[in-house]
Amino acid sequence: MQHILEVHELKKYFATQKAVDDVSFNIERGAIFGMLGPNGAGKTTLLRMITGIFFPDSGAITFEGKKFDPINDIIRIGYMPEERGLYKKMKIGEQALYLARLKGLSKAEAMEKIKFWFQRLEMESWWNKKVQDLSKGMSQKLQFVTTVLHEPALIILDEPFSGLDPVNANLIKDEIFRLAKNGSTIIFSTHRMEQVEEICDHIILINKGNKILDGSVKNVKQAFKENLFQVGFEKMPDGITSNTIFDVTGEKEQGLILKIHEGYKPHDVLQYLLAQRHEIVSFNEILPSLNDIFIRLVEGTPLAREFQPVNASA
Amino acid sequence: MNKIRLIIEREYMTRVKRKSFLLTTLLVPVVIVAFYAIIIAVSISGESNTQRVAILDEANLFNGNMEAGKGDKSTYTFIHNETEQSFKPRYKNEGYTLFLYIPEFSGSDLPHIKLHSQAAVNLFVKSALEKKINGAVEKKRLTAANIDPEIYKNIKADIEIENAIDSGKGEKKSIAGVAYAVSFIAGILIYMILLIYGTMVMRGVMEEKTNRIAEVIVSSAKPFQLMLGKIIGIGAVGLTQFAIWIVVMGLLQFIIPLLFPDVFHQLSDPAVAGAAAQRASAGKIADIIEGIRSLPIALILFSFIFYFLGGYLLYAALFAAIGSVVSEDQQEAQQLVFPVMMPLILGFVIMTKAINDPDSGIAVFGSLFPLTSPIVMMGRVTYGVPWWQLGLSMLLLVLTFLFFTWVTAKIYRTGILLYGKKVTWREMWRWLVRKG
Repeated sequence: MQHILEVHELKKYFATQKAVDDVSFNIERGAIFGMLGPNGAGKTTLLRMITGIFFPDSGAITFEGKKFDPINDIIRIGYMPEERGLYKKMKIGEQALYLARLKGLSKAEAMEKIKFWFQRLEMESWWNKKVQDLSKGMSQKLQFVTTVLHEPALIILDEPFSGLDPVNANLIKDEIFRLAKNGSTIIFSTHRMEQVEEICDHIILINKGNKILDGSVKNVKQAFKENLFQVGFEKMPDGITSNTIFDVTGEKEQGLILKIHEGYKPHDVLQYLLAQRHEIVSFNEILPSLNDIFIRLVEGTPLAREFQPVNASA
Repeated sequence: MNKIRLIIEREYMTRVKRKSFLLTTLLVPVVIVAFYAIIIAVSISGESNTQRVAILDEANLFNGNMEAGKGDKSTYTFIHNETEQSFKPRYKNEGYTLFLYIPEFSGSDLPHIKLHSQAAVNLFVKSALEKKINGAVEKKRLTAANIDPEIYKNIKADIEIENAIDSGKGEKKSIAGVAYAVSFIAGILIYMILLIYGTMVMRGVMEEKTNRIAEVIVSSAKPFQLMLGKIIGIGAVGLTQFAIWIVVMGLLQFIIPLLFPDVFHQLSDPAVAGAAAQRASAGKIADIIEGIRSLPIALILFSFIFYFLGGYLLYAALFAAIGSVVSEDQQEAQQLVFPVMMPLILGFVIMTKAINDPDSGIAVFGSLFPLTSPIVMMGRVTYGVPWWQLGLSMLLLVLTFLFFTWVTAKIYRTGILLYGKKVTWREMWRWLVRKG
């Protein structure tokens, strides 16, 4: 499958900080790609380079198989920044029309698409309202519409669910799935792990300007699993202790949490337990949540990045 | 290019459609014309006011005969067999509005003449009476000195100097006062335009930055396009406002005389104006009209538009750069605006000097230096400026404007996306010298 976006050894140094330091990754067409990282990791700088707002100090961006050309490729990209931005005193309809036309749509095309999206997200009655009259969640929806209106091949969403109630969050989530199904590629930047697990196919984790993790959600979880299993019993047994096959690491209502030793398989555990005539009602692997992985990888590094002088030309 | 057009359109339309724009655009000329009309109406209202004047002429200055001038609707009645004290409490009841008392006096004494009234007397009425009395006293003294009034009239001098300007197009009459006033008004107008529309650009940029809309826009258009679009859009708003002002003022000049026919009939026709004071001011109006005709109107208009556009573009670029580095804090904006305000104020100060002495060294310097030239040159151009100075000043202005736009675009590009941080002058300098 062709990569819609290839980022190769991208670097961006600011005067006091290496904001992005040698990051490479590829995104497959039609994927929902999660870009994770703690606050100040360099995600926004990375996204700004992908959207052509910043020029990288070095490295290459390839978009749809060709060298990324911000002026012409920008119409194929939709970017929703983390800090929402709309003209407060402009009417909703005019604002959507303006932003769509700035992306290169003709007036008639823009009108048609706005009508479609406003209808879809039940926003028709907003047309003559001003942004300052909208609630935070409402302006969020408007921002989402203006981002995807011109049917970009690559949609970049920076924290799209912040400030949305569960109903509207689900609405947007469904739209994201639908857009991906129709062939758009989505970059989803967040630090809310439960959303990533639910939505993304592929993730990278950025910390202190470096990429420290890259893979599909499934593979990442496998890579970080600790061979933990939860066994549920009919009747809570006594006398199961750590042995050569596993350690008992915890107890949970009607069950035990076991850590299988290197060289043994779940099959061996079951055989051992069945040999002792315990009645097992459930047996399943405990995979680490992305949240756990995130915390494990990021913990130990200082919460805020220190500012250090960079000798490269800034 | 298409994107710049879209941005210009938005900047223009959102401002023009605002109620405040409509209000100021329509109210300003109405207020100015109303003010002007009120002044005229008040100053001549005394003339149409019919006074009934009782005169007790103990000195027999008028021989019982006072002529009413042309257009003077007042009536003059001489009373006899009264004293000032006896008539003073009664003149109102007998239907007079004024009571003029002229006591007896000998040839060289100055008479102590009193005008009794219920309220303060209109200036025109008073000066008209004074002129009549002066004439009578002069006549009496001339007779006493045995001088023929006709000879005296020929001796009296009333000279005005005529200033001829020897420009290339032949001799032209100039009225210094008119050139002075036009220069001053044009200079102040440019100063105000630069200030008002410059800060409008700055506020617009700050709005885009604090609302974080800038980030959305620059993912669609280049920051330079956004900046230029805003500057041109607001400039167009300014031009529109001026055009409307000129049209509305022009219309009001036609409409007001229709609404107050009396006032303007008297004003525009000096022959009808009766009182002496009135005649003098009518003469002045004729002088002013002649003075305005003597000015190089086409050159002044051209210069005004040129320096308005050039000065605006130059200062708007500076104000845009400032708006882009300010983070939400109004106070910070004021601090940063100060260095930009300095040359504006300096220009204003030099302009007030230039209208008094248009060819002094400081005036020439101020009219060439691009940061002050839009204001100062407008103060000089009415007096006639050597062509090479005008050309050089315009060239310098255009070059500086291009240079400043290039420079401020670099600051703008970085500043507009930088949040929550106070930008120092050193940092701004670094953005300037940085490549790319």
